[in-house]
This record gives sequence, structure tokens and C-alpha cells, in this order.
Amino acid sequence: MSDSTRDAIVLDKVNKWFGQLHVLRDVSLTVGQQEKVVVCGPSGSGKSTLIRCINRLETHQEGRILVDGTELTDDTRALDTVRREVGMVFQSFNLFPHLTILENCTLAPIWVRKMPKAEADEVAMEFLTRVKIPEQAGKFPGQLSGGQQQRVAIARALCMRPKIMLFDEPTSALDPEMIKEVLDTMIELAESGMTMVVVTHEMGFARQVADRVVFMDEGEVVESGTPTRMFEEPQTDRLKLFLSQILRGH
Amino acid sequence: MSTATTTHSAVSRRERPPLLVAGPVAWARANLFGSFWSSLVTLGLTYFLIKFAVGFIDWALIKSVWTVPMDPATGKLNPEACRAAKGEGACWAVIWDKYRFILFGRYPFDEQWRGAIVIVLFLGLFVVSAMRRFWRRELVLIWIVTLTAIGVLQWGGVFGMPYVGQDEWGGLPITLILSTFGLAFAFPIAILVALGRRATTLPAVKLLCVVYVELIRGVPLISLLFMASVMFPLFMPVGLNPDKLLRAQIAIILFAAAYLAEVVRGGLQALSRGQYEAADALGLTYWQKMGLIILPQALRLVIPPLVNTFIGFFKDTSLVLIIGIFDLLTSGKVAVADPIWQAFSTEVYIMLGLIYFCFCFSMARYSQGLEREFAKSGGR
Ligand SMILES: Nc1ncnc2c1ncn2[C@@H]1O[C@H](COP(=O)(O)OP(=O)(O)OP(=O)(O)O)[C@@H](O)[C@H]1O
Ligand SMILES: [Mg+2]
Repeated sequence: MSDSTRDAIVLDKVNKWFGQLHVLRDVSLTVGQQEKVVVCGPSGSGKSTLIRCINRLETHQEGRILVDGTELTDDTRALDTVRREVGMVFQSFNLFPHLTILENCTLAPIWVRKMPKAEADEVAMEFLTRVKIPEQAGKFPGQLSGGQQQRVAIARALCMRPKIMLFDEPTSALDPEMIKEVLDTMIELAESGMTMVVVTHEMGFARQVADRVVFMDEGEVVESGTPTRMFEEPQTDRLKLFLSQILRGH
Repeated sequence: MSTATTTHSAVSRRERPPLLVAGPVAWARANLFGSFWSSLVTLGLTYFLIKFAVGFIDWALIKSVWTVPMDPATGKLNPEACRAAKGEGACWAVIWDKYRFILFGRYPFDEQWRGAIVIVLFLGLFVVSAMRRFWRRELVLIWIVTLTAIGVLQWGGVFGMPYVGQDEWGGLPITLILSTFGLAFAFPIAILVALGRRATTLPAVKLLCVVYVELIRGVPLISLLFMASVMFPLFMPVGLNPDKLLRAQIAIILFAAAYLAEVVRGGLQALSRGQYEAADALGLTYWQKMGLIILPQALRLVIPPLVNTFIGFFKDTSLVLIIGIFDLLTSGKVAVADPIWQAFSTEVYIMLGLIYFCFCFSMARYSQGLEREFAKSGGR
């Protein structure tokens, strides 16, 4: 194995329980710098829990998680460091409805990174331009379409200049006609060299972008490999079953 | 579809429906005279309303007595005219004679201009605080300066104003002091308690907040005031005995804070978990998350119950009457204890009611305006 400080994310035999429910079972996963990993699996298999453990929105009970060399423990200073480095995009956007689009984007840089307001505005406009909605900067989230909101959410995370981006089903709350605009944004981001962990069932996106696909079921990593290998020659019955269900669904 | 083929004039006519379909006549027909019984109830209620209104106007304005002559022998007012009109016309002369006592209580008569300025200062403070364009950090400064000025005016002892002790304060300034200081201190405490009640990672803090809220909510304000005025001094060392007004003020603050905390907690609970998580994921600290993301949204959500509680407490300050503090209601009550005016308490209570109503109604209207404004700008 490579030196763990050089890897972006290292999960080593991570276990997590919700009460009696064993949600993550001995999950080990290493994500290298600039690597793009797509996580898929049936509903309830623990994908969200896994990705949320990486920035400690959920705490794991056993095993080790290292993000950019920093181990996640109860130490709040380590947690602050990690959360600055890791951006997250949620299924339900979670924009702050009482703030304008621009304020949504500048809030964390100003308060967490202590960036002067003028500079934060400039950075925010740059990223809003990159996600192709600079003209909406003065509006409130409620005035935007779902696809636009999700692109703002991506811009908001990017404004913190994170090294790693986590996406938890970023397109599954969107109407079909808006999925593409968000995926295009993500593809562009991937091409810029961002390290990404994406929970998604968009197989087209996985094929185009992912270095590796990880298939989870019942809290375990069942199989992982390149998208082509995973989709064309699935090794396990569980993945075969999952793929057939996905394909039937589409 | 048929709308696609309608002419322009037909469309524009449809934007403004004819009066008989949506105008006041149609509204009345649909809502007031929809059926036989509905019409009967409408007519009956209208009859009683008009009868009452006519009777009241007759009593309050037409047959009423506005002034009474001075009795040259005693130097006091002679209420004979009022007694003659009793039962038919209101005696507003009592207000004319007593309004300064009602407004300022036992505050020295020659110094009551200070109380008048205090009232004006309070009103100014309310108006300024109500305007959103003053919602900046400087507002805190304005409050501190104004409240200090109010203290200086009430106490005196400087700038050539004679000193007036707290036991001589009274009337509307007392009501405004108790309610304004009460809510100004109770509100921040309430926010802390509400946050504390949800602090799952700090079980001791959480328990403390729960006990505080449940304990205070479990007893009536009156008993709390009694405790503050009678029992509290028993526990204090001799010599260290905070004044009665201050003790009542603290009791009111503690009581209001417990109720407001529950209102605020309701707002905190109404927010989705996603808001907390998004703030966490961005690396905001706990206080940044609460101050910038959660509280601004939660407080907007609970404006109606918050104002409801405010209004309730404004009126509840009148309960200090039972421990002998001279608030507006007490001075009104004492005013009508004067043998000359004993028979005319109704008029005084109507005036008191009007004063309370003006304050409470302004709060209610203001909160409605605020809600509308937030609904417009709040995006959601
Ligand atoms: N906060 C929680 N408390 C208790 N159980 C939870 C909690 N969050 C998730 N779970 C349970 O943990 C399991 C894994 O949930 P998780 O959300 O990680 O699944 P998922 O793979 O993301 O599923 P989906 O595709 O539906 O989003 C599920 O059985 C879920 O019910
Ligand atoms: Mg999920």
C-alpha cells in the first residue's frame, strides 16, 4: 500500500452501528489524490452513511478514517481542518433559504476562512460563473429551479477551495431535464482534477468520469473496480442482480 | 383549449371579474345571506351590534360629562354633575382630574415631566427598533444609551434633578420598564435555554435547561412574584436586599424567558436537519451555525407565537399590583379609590384598557407586517 499521508482518503476497517443496526461492516477504502470514485448499491446499503463519515456528519465507532493525512477523532481541531478541506453536496441541496445565492457562497469563506468580503464576493462570482449561473447571484434559493440550486450548492462548496468533494446522490431529487446540467458541472469539475467521491446511480456518469466504482451492499464493500470491468464483467451475484435492476429501471 | 382562441378583450375582461361575482355584494350574498339561517343570524347580530354601538356612543360622547366645577369652599372638584348623569352618561371629568396620577403614580408632581420624557423615549425606542433599516449592531448601542437616559431621568440626583427613589416611581413608566427590560433580558436568555435544551452532547446543560423551563412553567407568575417579594428577602443576608422593583423585574425576566424558550425551541425544531448538516459541512463553528444559519430562520418561523407571548407579558406585568408596585393598573385602581370618584371606575378602566390596547394592537399589527415582509424577501 502507498504511504497513507499521500492518499486523499483512507478508510481502514470502519464499523458503524445505529443502535443495534450494523450499517458499515469492516469497510476499507482508499481514495488517491485526484481520484474519482463512484459508490453505488441498493437503498439502505450504507452509501450515505459511508460518505457522511468522511466529513464526520456521522461518527464511526471502530476503525480509522484519515482525510488528507488527518485522522478523524473526537479532537475538534482535526475536525475543523478536515471540514475545511472537504466540500459536500447533498441530495436535497440544503441551500440557506434566508440568504441570497451570493451570500450562500460567501458565508463560509468569510467566517471560516476569514476572507475579506470583497475577495469572497469575487471568488463566489468566479465559481458561480463556472457553474453557469452568475446572473442569479442576487436571488434567493427559493426562486431558482432544482438544477440551478444544486449547481449553486456545488459552487458554495467550491468557494471554500476544498481538496476533496463528496456528492451524495446529487441528481436523484431532480427532474430528468435538469439532471444533465448538474452532471455536466460535475464532469467539468472532475476534468479539473478534483478528488471526488460520488454516490450515484448515473451509470453514464460513472463510465465517463470514474476511475473506480465501488459496489456496496448491506454495509459491506462487495466489489470494486474500473467502471468497464464492473459493468461488463460483474463478479458477484449481488452486483449482477443490482445491475439488472438498475438497467430495468432505466 | 378554449382560452387559446379567446380574443384579447375577453382575456382582459376575465382578469377583472364583474362586481357581482367577486365584489362586496357577492361576498355578502355568499357569506352573510347564503341561507335562511345564515340571514337570520346576520340580521340578529347586526341588530345587537348597532344597538350596542348606539348605546355606547350615547353614553360615552353625547350624554357624557367632560368637566365638573371646582367647589370654592373645599378647593376640590364637585362631582355633582357626574352623579346626576350616572348610568346615562360617562364621567370623563375623572380622567381630566386624575390622568397625571394614573400615568405617573406617586412620582412627585413637579417632576412628572421626567416621566413624560421617559414615555416618549420608550416609544421612540420601540419605533426605531421596529424599523428594519436600523437592525444593525448600532441598535444595541441605541438601546444602552436610551435605557441609561431613562434610568437617569427616573432616578434623577444629577443635572439639578432631585433624586426620586424607586418606591415613588409609578404609572406607565413602570409598566414600560418592567415589560421592556423584562423582554430585553428574557429574550437572549430564552435563546440560550432553547439551544441548551437541544444540546444533546452536553447532558448536564440540557438537564439544567429542562428543569428550569419545567419548574418556572409549572408555577403561576403570581406565586413567583410573591416569592420574589416576600420569601426572597428572608434568604438574603441582612443589608443586601435588592429593591422590590428589581426583585419583581427579575421574577418577570425568569418567567418570560421560560416561555419564550419554548417558543424558540419550536422554531429550532421546525428546521430541517439538512440546514444543520450543510452548516457543519462548511466548517462553521457551533455559534456561527446557530447565529448565521439556524436562529435567523427559526426566529422568522416563530414570529406569530413570539409576538403572542410578548403581548401576553406586556399585560402580565400588571400582576405586580398584588405586591404593591405602582404600575399603570395599580395607579388607576388607586385613582378611583379617591372618595370623590369612587363611583366612576368604569371610565378609568376604559382609559387603562385603551392604553394597553394601543400597545398590544401595535405589536400585533407590526408582527403581521414583518411576516409579510419576510414572506416577500425570504425566498421560501
Ligand atoms: N440517523 C439514523 N438513525 C438510525 N438509522 C439510520 C440513520 N441513518 C441511516 N440509518 C439506517 O442505516 C442504513 C443505511 O442508511 P444509508 O442512508 O447510509 O443508506 P443509503 O445506501 O444511502 O440508502 P439510499 O440509497 O436510500 O440513500 C439504513 O438501514 C438506514 O435506515
Ligand atoms: Mg443515501
